Amino acid sequence: MVYLTRKAEFSASHYYHNPKFTAEENQRIFGKCNNPNGHGHNYTLEVTVKGEVDPRSGFVVDLKQLKETMSREVLEALDHRFLNKEVPEFFTQIPTTENLAIAIWQRLSPKLKAAQLHRVRVYETPDLFVDFYGEA
Amino acid sequence: MKAYLTRRYMFSASHRLHSDALSEAENVATYGKCNNPYGHGHNYTLEVTVSGRVDESTGMVCNLTDLDGFVHSEILERFDHQNLNTLPEFAGTVPTTENLCLVIYDILQRGFLQAHLERVRFEETMMNSFEYWGENRVIG
Repeated sequence: MVYLTRKAEFSASHYYHNPKFTAEENQRIFGKCNNPNGHGHNYTLEVTVKGEVDPRSGFVVDLKQLKETMSREVLEALDHRFLNKEVPEFFTQIPTTENLAIAIWQRLSPKLKAAQLHRVRVYETPDLFVDFYGEA
Repeated sequence: MKAYLTRRYMFSASHRLHSDALSEAENVATYGKCNNPYGHGHNYTLEVTVSGRVDESTGMVCNLTDLDGFVHSEILERFDHQNLNTLPEFAGTVPTTENLCLVIYDILQRGFLQAHLERVRFEETMMNSFEYWGENRVIG
């Protein structure tokens, strides 16, 4: 089994707000992230796939296909977007880095054919990242 | 859904690697320049990984404010700009980065209860890193 990781970057804005909480609760729990006008990050995405090396190609996965899948399924939907208002997953979920990693997994997992998705890592900033391995 | 959250922190500290169980010659042979009696320092990068179910109401494994608050008050305030050899945690052990991982893991394991501690990782320099997962299996 060999693991291959591809990185990508996207920039997006978001804010954290739960309509079931009071204004005070939202402010206490989410702090500055509760500003309804949103704020942004330069996100770095790492997608790791795993598989056996194909003896004919020497590849775990065709990197061009992986790159295209990531671009079509993730970057086109998220890059330069206001996540709360433009990305359907976040009409109802709070666009935290945790939920972003899960949403990216769910977008990519059914589209990857040759290799199996192993990990989605999302860096919100260089000193904060979330890993999701598809665990329930 | 279970996710893993990692936060990076920095602190600077000095240390000397010296074991009372070894002779002077053995200490020099074992620790080399790190045995300098005056000590030397590093900019340590600490990575803390916690895990848990993503709370549906907050979208979070744990509130980052809680993790940052704990690490600042219980770790950074105590270790930053200190000589590690003088701290009670290293009264009986050599302040290698391996032992530093164990000490920090223990502080987090005992005191930070808002999420499950998975891993402590240290970069002593850009070339050296160390990690401790407790009794847990390394993922992947």
